[in-house]
Amino acid sequence: MRCAIIGSGNIGTDLMVKMLRSDVLDLVALVGIDPDSDGLARARKNGIQAPHTGPDWVLENASDIDMIFDATSAYVHVRHYKQYAAAGITAIDLTPAARGPKVIPPVNLYEHLDAPNVNLVTCGGQATTPMVYAIRRVIDELPYAEMISTVASKSAGPGTRQNIDEFTKTTSTALREIGGATKSKAIMVLNPAEPPIMMRNTVFAGIPEGADHAAILNSIHEMAGEVSKYVPGYRLKNEPVIEEGPFHTPGGVVPHRAVVLLEVEGAGDYLPEYAGNLDIMTAAAMRVGEAIAISRASREATA
Amino acid sequence: MTTPDFRLIDSTLRDGSHAISHQYNPEEVIAIVKGLDHAGVQVIEIAHGDGLGGSSFNYGFSKVDEKELIAQACAATTNAKIACLLLPGIGLADDLRDVKELGVGMARIATHCTEADISEQHIKTSKSLGMETIGFMMMAHMNSPEGLVEEALKMQSYGADAIYFADSAGAMTTEDVRRRVNALVNALDVPVGVHAHNNLSMAVANSIAAYEEGATNLDGTSAGLGAGAGNCPTEILAAVSDKYGITTGVNVLALMDVAEEIVRPLMPRQQVIDRAGLILGYAGVYGSFLLHSQRAAERYNVSQAEILLELGRRKVVGGQEDMIIDVALDLAKKHAEAEKK
Repeated sequence: MRCAIIGSGNIGTDLMVKMLRSDVLDLVALVGIDPDSDGLARARKNGIQAPHTGPDWVLENASDIDMIFDATSAYVHVRHYKQYAAAGITAIDLTPAARGPKVIPPVNLYEHLDAPNVNLVTCGGQATTPMVYAIRRVIDELPYAEMISTVASKSAGPGTRQNIDEFTKTTSTALREIGGATKSKAIMVLNPAEPPIMMRNTVFAGIPEGADHAAILNSIHEMAGEVSKYVPGYRLKNEPVIEEGPFHTPGGVVPHRAVVLLEVEGAGDYLPEYAGNLDIMTAAAMRVGEAIAISRASREATA
Repeated sequence: MTTPDFRLIDSTLRDGSHAISHQYNPEEVIAIVKGLDHAGVQVIEIAHGDGLGGSSFNYGFSKVDEKELIAQACAATTNAKIACLLLPGIGLADDLRDVKELGVGMARIATHCTEADISEQHIKTSKSLGMETIGFMMMAHMNSPEGLVEEALKMQSYGADAIYFADSAGAMTTEDVRRRVNALVNALDVPVGVHAHNNLSMAVANSIAAYEEGATNLDGTSAGLGAGAGNCPTEILAAVSDKYGITTGVNVLALMDVAEEIVRPLMPRQQVIDRAGLILGYAGVYGSFLLHSQRAAERYNVSQAEILLELGRRKVVGGQEDMIIDVALDLAKKHAEAEKK
């Protein structure tokens, strides 16, 4: 499948490094707006086209492109997503624009393989929604779930900083829509420590009376294994625990809460290992892109 | 009446909320607002201790919805302006719109002292709503005077009407405060304020030093009720200011009455500098970690002091309360392994 990445910043460049290793996705171009950007220079060095005319280049060359990965910003995506669809290009959206259905690979990867546009939520959403889902699938009801994502200051670009409300709102929505929580909250913290800290995510989930605690803990471990298949640096930093309350959550009083402490070490493809927040996004994008490509190829083969 | 030399902002109903695990009820709010307003306090801040939207597993759930309490405060005040605090990443711009509707006249937008650029969206929203807007830099001991100036200039450029720094860990000496206030006063066009904590028993002295260097806004809480070893006690700051001949515009005796008759009776523990409180200041750890670390220490049977020292080593910042559980589990694991040997 012929692919273009739009956006030559940290995410786009990291995604390029991953895509160059893929047997399924064929990278045609890394598209930027600044001819002097480090990302475009790296693309040229790897023999990949590196135009700097942004989304326009993609639309002009639409007949040579099947799928784009949008690593620009929410507002650029909103401006162009209809044009990509009209040109017959499938869009995998790495911004928090949230125009297409949200995809968290270990939860709903196969539900939206035919959608013209899928959204990857946020880095924190990719890290924590699977755990909320893992808890929800072994209990009858999950009245309230909460996530706290702490990333190194160095790995949070200007887009994230100016739109921190979009990050928390989109993430919180994913905890409900895909994770299955009735109510939710998302919190984001930046930590400037040197050397930079690894991306940390914590999930708190309100556990109602009568829940099978052993099943919850097993499900969490299983899910950690699922995610680490495509994000090798994803791990439980400590054993998950179930703490005794009671806790007066917005979803009602619960006797216990589950605490899942996660760490995401980046693969170091472009930014160093601390930037697990970038890595989990680009790894999710690869997982989704490859699944779409394989599904379409097998359909064409049988047609 | 003579014009006060500095503006006193009382945060009993916001920072004080940490010390009572966010359990304020409407009656307490009304009594405190009326008492402070009667004493002549110009600004009264109210919100969850971690700011608007802070009610959570991570920071503790509010007993009563903060917006209901804010509405009560707005109804109870006659002269004092009601203020709210918001930390981008925890609260939303939508929260600012809600509290403006309730009658709030000031928003303080708080970030870690190196991350001012996450406040742009919220400072601009607050300004566009017509609220007085203060940029508030937390954990200021973790940044140099020059670094703070750089961050403060960003907040000023977004439209902040004044800039505060908070010694959130109560870790500063008087000299630390003087150098930072001096640098800010010289570099900024807007007024400067200081929010002090008492972990090293320096809160009042540091506030007076800040005033001497040109700060014209100072924070306190009644009876020092607040995160960690507590805040700069409003009534003591006013009394000491009188001794220095600094005009506060507040009635010192009326403030003592509020502290003694309204606030002390609702305190679960008196605001003292015990070992844990002192360690916070000594290790430079965020004050509101105090009660959370105490609970984690009891739950996992580990030392609270060890938890706090390790958090200091990891350079955690305000908002990372989840790391308390992480550290407690690490310590418990370490102890279990040591026992096996």
